[in-house]
Amino acid sequence: MLLCNAVAGKEFIARGRKPLIMYLSREEEAIYQGERGETPRRMMEILVALGDIYGAEKLVAVKSVQIAGVSYKNIGEAGLEWISDLQGQVVVPSILNPAGMDLCRWQEMGVGEDFAQKQQQIIEAYRKLGVIIDCTCTPYQIYEGIAGLGDHLAWSESSAVSYANSVIGARTNREGGPSALAAALVGKTALYGYHLDENRLPTHLVEVEAELQGSDYGALGFLVGRIVKDGVPFFRLQGPRPSADELKALGAAMAASGSVALYYVKEVTPRPPPSAGQPEETLNLGRKDIDEVYAQYPAGGAEAVALGCPHCSMEELVKIAGLLQGRKVQKELWICTARKIAQANPHLVAVIEESGARVFCDTCMVVSPATERFARMLTSSGKALAYLPGLAGVGAGLGSLEDCIDAALGRG
Amino acid sequence: MEIKCHRVACGFASGPALVTREAISFLGNVDARTAIVVDPAHELFGQCIAGKVLIFPGGKGSTVGSYVIYQLKKRGLAPSAMINIRSEPIVAVGAIISGIPLVDRVGEEILQIESGRAVMVDADGERIVV
Repeated sequence: MLLCNAVAGKEFIARGRKPLIMYLSREEEAIYQGERGETPRRMMEILVALGDIYGAEKLVAVKSVQIAGVSYKNIGEAGLEWISDLQGQVVVPSILNPAGMDLCRWQEMGVGEDFAQKQQQIIEAYRKLGVIIDCTCTPYQIYEGIAGLGDHLAWSESSAVSYANSVIGARTNREGGPSALAAALVGKTALYGYHLDENRLPTHLVEVEAELQGSDYGALGFLVGRIVKDGVPFFRLQGPRPSADELKALGAAMAASGSVALYYVKEVTPRPPPSAGQPEETLNLGRKDIDEVYAQYPAGGAEAVALGCPHCSMEELVKIAGLLQGRKVQKELWICTARKIAQANPHLVAVIEESGARVFCDTCMVVSPATERFARMLTSSGKALAYLPGLAGVGAGLGSLEDCIDAALGRG
Repeated sequence: MEIKCHRVACGFASGPALVTREAISFLGNVDARTAIVVDPAHELFGQCIAGKVLIFPGGKGSTVGSYVIYQLKKRGLAPSAMINIRSEPIVAVGAIISGIPLVDRVGEEILQIESGRAVMVDADGERIVV
């Protein structure tokens, strides 16, 4: 039912510890007491309540916010009403999670009129609050400077949270819709969880005795997430340095099959805090384990193929366009990306669409109701593999990017 | 009897108690159109939570539950107040966005209160009067 609004999977309540009442500055206290109006008061109340629940000592300023609770499929009428009732303006750069449809080409996706109207109302309600209308799970691919090493953030989407914490070295919990919006309107979040070194220590050492590439990283993440759940894995990988897209796929899959919000890759990502010791548990995984994931979720029998979970980068669009150039697809093929990436690369989009494939923006196969008409989809994403059956009732197969394109071209 | 507690969501309200020893997932356990507990496996199955001071250990389940609480409030079907042993984010956020008084950090004895007894929740004063 729910994809993107999950609050932190990790329980940070220190049992037996004396409950802390958070320190508020004079200005924060004034907002909390309602001296700056009703919406700020409620937003501050959310931040303080979460801070109290998780034992935060104080609030911390955030550099940017990524807000979940966008798809009408997820938040429904209740969510739409709540967002529409809010007043005020966000005070830090804030963007959105994917919506339930391409905001321009929803009809082509097969999305109904009623759903589209509700979805547009949600978008307009966010626009009124000053939120930038970019609906993407990969904000780091479109805005430089939205997150940097050591920055505190309030991001929502699980793969974006994982990428920010792990690859960028920023600090964010996995915010729910209301808490992210509260952070956007106040410009702060409560200081607990992944904002603190003590919760950023590796829990599992993962030794991978195989050279991986492309969708192998999604398969690896799919396996590791199921095992470590809300842990913090530290990987030792063999072979070439993973690309940004491969790290994106690894983190996304672990956040979907488990609730991993932070991981490390030796000599690739920023390092764990200096206080980190040897993780308590060790996992050894090899080629056989990765191949078993593919065998368990075979590529055959798919009615449609979907790529771009998380949203495709420009590099991925280049690769896809190269494979599709001058050919025609036999099956529906969706390429999901951020609108800004598509707009910046019209030539790539044109090559892809000449094949009959569709480049959809603002949405993805996991959050759109349009997916539900397929019995089975093929994807290169370990994250989509984890979510399609439960959230959309769609069977899923896993293949490499090349396998996926071959299947769409009728050569699979 | 007056019981000390901790404010999660501000406000002041009273009503008949509705008590359960089981956690509540507002998405799935409660029908947002009727405020009736619809999960046959739940201790409160068949009961209506509207207008009650709902006393339960805490929330669980999907975070969409926060919006369900808001929807109940908009339809005039929300609990008048809520008391938890320990609030978690779903119910806390739901109560705050809906303007429903919510307090927590009370002893387990609170779950011994009989359903139907009049209870007043003064979240601002951090006290419960039974």
